[in-house]
Amino acid sequence: MFEIIEKVELAHTVYQFKIKAPLIAKKRRAGQFVVLRMNELGERIPLTIVDSDENGGTITIIVQEVGKSTAILGDMGKGDMILDVVGPLGHPTHIENFGVSVCVGGGIGTAPVLPIARALKAAGNKVISIMGARTKSLLILENEMRGASDEIYVTTDDGSYGHHGFVTQVLQNLINEGMKIGCVVGIGPVPMMRAVSNVTRPYNILTMVSLNPIMVDGTGMCGACRVTIAGKNKFVCVDGPEFNGHGVDYDELILRNRSYLKEEKMAMEEFTYHEGEKCYERCDK
Amino acid sequence: MDPKETKGKKTPRQHMPEQDPKERVRNFYEVPYGYSPEQAVEEAQRCIQCKKPLCVGGCPVNIDIPWFIRLVSEGKFVEAARKIKETNGLPAVCGRVCPQEDQCEKVCIVGKKGEPVSIGRLERFAADFEREHGEIAVPEIPRWTGKKAAVVGAGPAGLTVAGDLVKKGHRVTVFEALHTAGGVLMYGIPEFRLPKKIVQSEVEYLKRMGVEIVVNAVVGKLETIDELLSNGYDAVFVGSGAGLPNFMNIPGENLAGVYSANEYLTRVNLMKAYQFPEFDTPVIRGRKIVVFGGGNTAMDSARTALRLCPEEVSIVYRRSREELPARVEEIHHGEEEGLKFQFLTAPKRFIGDKDGRLTGVECVKMELGEPDESGRRRPVEVKGSEFTMQADVAIVAIGNGANPLIPQTTPDIKVNKWGNITINPDTGRTSKKGVFSGGDIVRGGATVILAMGDGRRAANSMHEYMTTGVW
Repeated sequence: MFEIIEKVELAHTVYQFKIKAPLIAKKRRAGQFVVLRMNELGERIPLTIVDSDENGGTITIIVQEVGKSTAILGDMGKGDMILDVVGPLGHPTHIENFGVSVCVGGGIGTAPVLPIARALKAAGNKVISIMGARTKSLLILENEMRGASDEIYVTTDDGSYGHHGFVTQVLQNLINEGMKIGCVVGIGPVPMMRAVSNVTRPYNILTMVSLNPIMVDGTGMCGACRVTIAGKNKFVCVDGPEFNGHGVDYDELILRNRSYLKEEKMAMEEFTYHEGEKCYERCDK
Repeated sequence: MDPKETKGKKTPRQHMPEQDPKERVRNFYEVPYGYSPEQAVEEAQRCIQCKKPLCVGGCPVNIDIPWFIRLVSEGKFVEAARKIKETNGLPAVCGRVCPQEDQCEKVCIVGKKGEPVSIGRLERFAADFEREHGEIAVPEIPRWTGKKAAVVGAGPAGLTVAGDLVKKGHRVTVFEALHTAGGVLMYGIPEFRLPKKIVQSEVEYLKRMGVEIVVNAVVGKLETIDELLSNGYDAVFVGSGAGLPNFMNIPGENLAGVYSANEYLTRVNLMKAYQFPEFDTPVIRGRKIVVFGGGNTAMDSARTALRLCPEEVSIVYRRSREELPARVEEIHHGEEEGLKFQFLTAPKRFIGDKDGRLTGVECVKMELGEPDESGRRRPVEVKGSEFTMQADVAIVAIGNGANPLIPQTTPDIKVNKWGNITINPDTGRTSKKGVFSGGDIVRGGATVILAMGDGRRAANSMHEYMTTGVW
């Protein structure tokens, strides 16, 4: 059992949790993830470790309610127990001094970008961050990203804050201005990572993306998380989660992530039906 | 009844009653009901109590089979179970899933002139009787030797090591990556072949003997083998099990609806997807399901699929019926349940719709050519015989590669070209001092009982190593 030590609402239905997990806190490095199972009936879901506090023995995760499992987690609070937390899984991010590194975070993808930005900065990179969201209220970790970056650009799709447009436009502008970029890290929704990779591909800029497929065990046993990378089958849990973005078959990943749309909808409807009052509250916000 | 008078009685082998196929294909309850005490005694009396019993040598963990069978024939069921447990920590499991027809029962003398004694069914009966009658006694544990062993993986190999070492007075901690102990017994073998409460009761028994089990602990990631060795463990056993599932590397294999057998079985067995939406993990149920492969995992996948109420489940196998590696009993049970077979057929590509979901498989007919290195006749494509099978779920059950987590983080453990850990087969020793291994991470894909045999041998040499300190 793993106790929730702290919960902060970062945006509508986006929460940050500090979870007591001393061994994981001691071991984890930027880029790694944990698999969580909330209760006996629950499924196993992977989430990136955003931060850890070795002395306090906690890890930090950020979750957006997108389905039943994340909604159950979203309903939990300080003092509640998560049944299973396994990790740290996956390879850590490859960190070195690339000169100028551009860290691109889309939506909740800013959460896993933050520890990588910090690590890149610590390794001597000039860190330029671009963070985007659909609208201002969905932006998370802006202050933390500012602290980790030498330069920062914020975009919103609807223009409610910062640059009106997409993160890729800012990235393209930087390239057009002649910025010599050693490495781009792009994490967010799959279409965003595809778009970032498309921007950097013609310039052959090293581009790392962190993939978020459906997983079951998270240790290489099941193959649910397989993706095609440069024509080869790779397991994100043991070969990733980070890959060279130029080789990823994003279209396939998007389709695979939709494998259980029908079942997810059914589970969510049942969940909100039983939690009717709670649902009403949520819709009212 | 005096067993001497009745031993070797010429009665036919006792049939084990089982659920009607039409009923059982709609549930996940166990297929055979097991012997009644009367049947068990009757069957046990068929044993002729050979002076030089071949059956014992046919058993990978050398259970004293004639002795326990004699106890059953005398109605001493609990004593029989305890006799088995002297050498086999998981009798209720082995009585169900061991391929006895290739081991103890294959060499049974009674079987030379008729049907062999049902050793497996008697083992199962004795273990079940003991458990159901609440008489599971914990053996006396010797005083602590002062030594500690770590076991990586709570599957058949690891649990055997843990049981054996704790009985010798060592402290044992088992680290399990998943959230439940049992390994393949929990995630792989289906409920209708091995009820999960039986596995958990065997695990409970080990805990009562003092074995500590830590779940959610991925050794290599959370702690490395070297860290375990420097953190107070005197020896480590690596029983991390079968690893990455193999795929066929044909077009369309990543369409939604194409599963590895590992994923399919884990979703249904461990995560209880057959009870979705009560349990949160889903599985695509499918109307037409095709399973590729001919081993026991393929049978388990196919018979699991049948219970999710599809229209049709077929096994596609590239050789013929004679070469099927699965147990005869499993094939028979599958056929009773309506499983179809498509022999001498191999897939060429998976076909999907615009949403990336599987709709069919293009297959080709095969014929058997010259024998290959395995001695089996090599299947060869029949030119121009391509045809398409409809399918919305496909399960690939063609074996596993090795899991890289331990070798990646412990480079001084030698592995072979497939990534499996190499050991001295007599001692279970790896190339690294203090580290032993066995089961599927060594064998690449074998049976529960062979993994347990590996565990038994490794436990003996771990005991020797921890006691003498000599590597």
